[in-house]
Amino acid sequence: MSSNNRKKLLLMGRSGSGKSSMRSIIFSNYSAFDTRRLGATIDVEHSHLRFLGNMTLNLWDCGGQDVFMENYFTQQKDHIFQMVQVLIHVFDVESKDVLKDVDIFTRALKQLKKYSPDAKIFVLVHKMDLVQLDKRTELFEIMMKKLKQASAEYGFNDLVGFPTSIWDESLYKAWSQIVCSLIPNMNAYNNNLKGLKDLMDAKEIVLFEKTTFLVISSSNTASGELLDPKRFEKISNIMKNFKHSTTKLKSSFNTLVLSDLIYVTELSSNMMCFIVLNNNTYPKEFVLQNLHQAQTYFQ
Amino acid sequence: MDNNPIDASKATILLMGLRRGGKSSICKVVFHNMQPLDTLYLESTTSPTQEHFSTLIDLAVMELPGQLNYFEPNYESEQLFKSVGALVYVIDSQDEYLNALTNLAMIIEYAKNVNPYLNIEVLIHKVDGLTEDFKMDIQRDIMQRIGDELLDLGIEGIQLSFYLTSIFDHSIYEAFSRIVQKLIPELPFLENMLDNLVQHSKLEKCFLLDINSKIYVSTDSSPVDIQTYEVCAEFVDVTIDLQDLYKGKLQNSNTQDGADMKSVSVLNNGVVIYLKQMIRGLALVTLMRPDDTDIESRLTVMDYNVDIFKKGLEKIWEKSKLITSSTGPNDTHDDAENAGPGTNGNTSATY
Repeated sequence: MSSNNRKKLLLMGRSGSGKSSMRSIIFSNYSAFDTRRLGATIDVEHSHLRFLGNMTLNLWDCGGQDVFMENYFTQQKDHIFQMVQVLIHVFDVESKDVLKDVDIFTRALKQLKKYSPDAKIFVLVHKMDLVQLDKRTELFEIMMKKLKQASAEYGFNDLVGFPTSIWDESLYKAWSQIVCSLIPNMNAYNNNLKGLKDLMDAKEIVLFEKTTFLVISSSNTASGELLDPKRFEKISNIMKNFKHSTTKLKSSFNTLVLSDLIYVTELSSNMMCFIVLNNNTYPKEFVLQNLHQAQTYFQ
Repeated sequence: MDNNPIDASKATILLMGLRRGGKSSICKVVFHNMQPLDTLYLESTTSPTQEHFSTLIDLAVMELPGQLNYFEPNYESEQLFKSVGALVYVIDSQDEYLNALTNLAMIIEYAKNVNPYLNIEVLIHKVDGLTEDFKMDIQRDIMQRIGDELLDLGIEGIQLSFYLTSIFDHSIYEAFSRIVQKLIPELPFLENMLDNLVQHSKLEKCFLLDINSKIYVSTDSSPVDIQTYEVCAEFVDVTIDLQDLYKGKLQNSNTQDGADMKSVSVLNNGVVIYLKQMIRGLALVTLMRPDDTDIESRLTVMDYNVDIFKKGLEKIWEKSKLITSSTGPNDTHDDAENAGPGTNGNTSATY
C-alpha cells in the first residue's frame, strides 16, 4: 500500500527556468519575492511531501545545468527515469535557445518511454509575466503545438500544458491539476461534495488541500451566474497570503467567516473547504454544525 | 489658524525632496496599490501632481518635482506653503544626503516664516537595504546634522518628526498613518472612543483603517506593534479580495448592497481577527484573544459594541462637517502629538 501511495514526480527543465522557485512557493510557503534568494540547484534535490494524509509526493527537483542534464541522460538514466508517475517539464518563455530546450524535452521523453511508459506529462511555459498581455495566448499556442508534435513521436499523446508565472495565480492552477491527477479516489470526493452542497444549500463549495492550498475538487455547477473562471486559483493565492500573514501572530489559520456568506474552515486534518452560501440568513451555528457532521465523509 | 486660506476644507500634505528620492514611488505604492517593484519604471516627475483621498477627512497629497527650485519667484511658493497642513521631506538614505539636508534646512526656514503651524515630517527613506545598526547610525547622523544646519540658520524651537521608511514593507504605511493622524482634528475623540471599545470588549488592539490605502486613521492608545498592524492591513486585503470574487452574488442577497462588510477569522492559537466596515471607506479591524470564554458570545458582545461605536463615528462625522464648513479646521495638533511611542524608529526632536 505504501509503495502505491508514493508518487514520484520529476521536475525538469533547463537551468534558470524557475523550477525551484515553483517548488518553494507551492510547497515551502515562499513568497514570490523570496525566490530571488534561491541559488542554482546542484544535481537532484529530493523533497518528500505528505499530501492529503496518506499520499506522499516525492518531488525530484533536477538541477538544469548542462553538466547535470548530460548526467541524467547517460549514467543516471535508470535511476532517474524509473517508476516516474509524472514528468513536469518547465520551459522558460524568454529562453534564447528554444531548439535546445525542446531537444532536452525529447531526450527526457525518450528515457521515459523506456523506463516508465505510463507516466503523465505536463509542460509549463513559465515566466509568462515577461510577455506582453496580447501576445501570451499566441505564444503559448505555438509552443504547445511544437511540444505536442515532439511528444507524440514518443507515444505520449495526451500532453497537458499550462502558461504559468510566479507573480499571479496561474501557478496554482497548473499545480492543482497536476496534483489532482494523482489522487486515486477523486470520484468519492466529488460525489460527497455534491451531496454536501445540496444539503447546505450552497452556491459553491471548493475543497483545498490544507498545507499547499491547492484545489482538490469543486462542486462546480454553472448555474447561469457568471463567476470569475480563475476564482479557484485566486482563492488559493489569497488564502495562502493570509496564511503567510498569520505566521506573524505565531499562529495558523483556522476559520474565516465573511458576511455570514462565505465560510472557510477545516474539513479534515488535511483539507480546507471554502463554502459560498446562497443567502446569509442561516445561523452560523447551523452551518458550522453541518460542516462538523460532514467531516466524517471526507476523512 | 483661522486665517487658513482657500483650501481650508482639505488638509494637504506636501511631499518634497531631492530628485530620485522616491516621492512618486511612495505615492503610487500607498495610494494606487502599485507593486513596489514596478515603481522602478516610473518616469521623473515634471510638474506638481495631486492625489485626493478621503477617509474621515478629505486629504490631498501634493507631490512636487525634486529638481526644481521653489524659491524662484515664478512659483507661488508662499501661497503653497500657507495652504498645506504638513510638509513631508523624503531623504534617500542610500545616497549621499548632505545636499538634501541643506535643502531641507532652507525649506524649513522659508516655510516656517510663511506658516508657523506647519508640521514638518522627515522620511529617512529606502532603509530596506540597510542593516539594523546602520539604520540607527544614519538616523542619528541625520538628526544631528539637521540640528546643526538649523542652528546655522538661526532657527530654534522647531519640531521635526523622523521616520525610517521603505516601500517594501509596511513602514511607509505606518509613517503616513502618523502623518495623517496629525491632520485629523477629531483624533483625540476617536482615540478615546477606541480606548472605550477596547476596554469594554476586552480587545488586544484595534485599528480604524482606510480600506483603499491601508493607512490607519486611528488606533487605541496602546503601543502599535508593526506586525499586528501588518496582519490587520493584510486581513483587509483578504476580505476585500474574497468579497470581490463573489461580488455579484453578495449584492443579490444582501439588501444593503454589500455595504456592511464583516468578516471574522479564528486562528489556531485562539486569536480572533474581526473586521467590520464603518463609514466613509473605513474599516474597524480588531484583534482579540478570548482565552477560555466562548467565542460566539464574545462576538455577540463585540457586534453590539461595534454598532454603538459606528453610531458614534457617524455623529462625530456630522459634527465635524458642520465645524469645518463654518470656521475651518480647528487646530488640535498639539494633542495629536502624543499618539503613542514609535515602534519603527519614529522619533521627533525639537531644535
